[in-house]
Amino acid sequence: MTNVILQQITKRFQTVTALKDVSFAIEDGEFFVLLGPTGAGKTTTLRVIAGLEHQDEGHVLFDDEVIDYVTPADRDIAFVFQQYSLYPTMTVYDNLAFPLRSPLRKTPEEEVRTRVTEAAEKLRISHLLERKTARLSGGEMQRVSIGRAIVREPRVFLMDEPLSNLDAKLRESLRVELQHLQKTQGSTTLFVTHDQVEALTMADRIAVLNEGKIVQLGSPDDIYDRPENMFVAELVGTPGINLLNSSKENGSLYVENSPVKLAVDYPTDKLPAQFVLGVRPEDVNPDPDGDFEGEVALIEPLGVETILHIRSGEQTILSTVSGITHWNIGDSVRFDIVQEHLHFFDKASQARIPVKRLLAEA
Amino acid sequence: MATIERRQVEKVFGEVHAVKPMDLTINSGEFVTLLGPSGCGKTTTLRMISGLESVTGGQIYLGDRHVTWLAPSERDIAFVFQFFALYPHMSAYENIAFPLKAEGESQAAIDQRVDEVVEMLQIRHLLGMRPGKLSGGDQQRIALARALVRRPEAFLMDEPLGALDADFRERMRAEIKRLHLDQEATTVYVTHDQIEAMAMADRIVVMSDAVVQQVGTPAEVYYDPSNLFVARFIGSPGMNLVSGNYRDGAVKLTEESSYNFPAEWQTLLATGLPDSGNVIVGFRPEAAQIKSEGQLVGEVYASELYGAYTMLHVMMAGGEEIVHIRSDRLGRHDIGATVRFDLDPEMVRFFDPTTEMAIRR
Repeated sequence: MTNVILQQITKRFQTVTALKDVSFAIEDGEFFVLLGPTGAGKTTTLRVIAGLEHQDEGHVLFDDEVIDYVTPADRDIAFVFQQYSLYPTMTVYDNLAFPLRSPLRKTPEEEVRTRVTEAAEKLRISHLLERKTARLSGGEMQRVSIGRAIVREPRVFLMDEPLSNLDAKLRESLRVELQHLQKTQGSTTLFVTHDQVEALTMADRIAVLNEGKIVQLGSPDDIYDRPENMFVAELVGTPGINLLNSSKENGSLYVENSPVKLAVDYPTDKLPAQFVLGVRPEDVNPDPDGDFEGEVALIEPLGVETILHIRSGEQTILSTVSGITHWNIGDSVRFDIVQEHLHFFDKASQARIPVKRLLAEA
Repeated sequence: MATIERRQVEKVFGEVHAVKPMDLTINSGEFVTLLGPSGCGKTTTLRMISGLESVTGGQIYLGDRHVTWLAPSERDIAFVFQFFALYPHMSAYENIAFPLKAEGESQAAIDQRVDEVVEMLQIRHLLGMRPGKLSGGDQQRIALARALVRRPEAFLMDEPLGALDADFRERMRAEIKRLHLDQEATTVYVTHDQIEAMAMADRIVVMSDAVVQQVGTPAEVYYDPSNLFVARFIGSPGMNLVSGNYRDGAVKLTEESSYNFPAEWQTLLATGLPDSGNVIVGFRPEAAQIKSEGQLVGEVYASELYGAYTMLHVMMAGGEEIVHIRSDRLGRHDIGATVRFDLDPEMVRFFDPTTEMAIRR
């Protein structure tokens, strides 16, 4: 497989700048996810790598070699799209064999058989090989599309929201299959999605894209634990992070319009007087001896966990607890907030205020 | 607000039995979701309650009124659809006021009532705007306001959040539930999204293949599914279901894994199973705990970070089944690593592999 490097890519469509100075490197064998809302530039990035769009500035490199003027066909890339483009009248076997039989490759039939059988096993579709693709379910069709991409061992896989059209259960199971396949094959993969769950669960690294720019690049842990700004903080995690307008006075932190007051045990001198406090719902813990008081305003039992909406003063703070709980709406509840995981953001720029650095300086 | 009662209601379209005879009583003020995959009959069920679809057999009561053959407009029910059917040429205010105008209410009464719902939904700033200028979420709020303004006997909602993006759907989900708590309006809510059903409902009616599979609270359908369909459909991922065979106090799950169930299950296992001893063991991902001395063993197939926790997918040793184990945030394991685990006996369930029904204590 191959590494992929984007160097300062800018792409304009008439007056719109779709990508602004985008740089990143996908390592050999890495599962790299581009995450962002609609219109962020994810698909454009993918098309530039494929050679389907040509960048206005910057370079694309495969294995440290500039390929700006290499045609899409010669880049040796395999695609998987949201819409599966299979040949409906052909069997699954022939669909899988198709890329190998193309006049460009002319693989001997014996090798075709070996590769198709292998791909089918990996994707657990061996029992479907003789079936016409028109008679498959959506999930089976997407497995065949992925199978068709893996039979020919390309340099790079590009996947554009391949799971978006599937229902929730199928999406879950294919996510697991894709991760397993990618890791055991060691294939270099760029996966584009707007779904933060897909990004967190599958990626080695995530590039968060917004308005044509990379706003953060890091491991799923980095993105979740150390969001660079409020946009990223809100983008990942379900239920979303609590973002609370807060202020500082005499070393204590006050959440506005609520009795929540945090006496943190680290220096806060670099925090401005007003800031936004970020608290993930799993860091808000109901506890009979908790420091804060509130009232249960709403309960959403999801099964594995329950979301409690805790009304504290004028603020509603979300908390997740394990299992289905016995809380009732209107119950008064005491709770604690885990201080080690607090996030601080600048109110104006929305950028992260790095508290670790504050600590190091103390 | 009224109860809704269905007695042996069924629907046949030509050769298709879309809803098989079904009894269901929805209590006054209750929030009930009809949950199931597409084609299970949930929307047809809702449409029969509304009168938009006639019944093939059975009766429907709204409170003590027999409404089976009444027209939709005579049933006093409000409907909210997935696609907000707002009038594009009218302002938000006019859209909301429309049902009251149509009923010939006085302007003062209309203004007062619109004012109440506007306050409740916090949409005052939208009143002058045309629907075309509003976001999807705000349009759905206006559609809700229009349904609320009439104070109907019951609300019927057909996937009202289906067209919204995930983030917004979560917020609207909480809003609708809060609204329901304020109004205590009898509500029937159709969805294919089990998370939505769990989060919102007092009771869930799980449907599949035109038949009700289970009626219960979120905790009942989650912890005690009545059959394999419900066990799989509820939860993300669904319940782990592993085939096994019971003999002499232990359930053999694969060639390499056996599980000795504690005493409290032994009576059930000894007496409740089919003669073959074949059984399906079900457990939720959080019922499995990774432990170095665990009885069960497998190999990590994939590992997913969800933010607050990690979900491990483990291929059982000597078998082909992948089980899902919820592990804590730092409980990561490389793909291919061997892990051992135990089950929380309180959270294990058993199913008959032939009938697919739960075997209960």
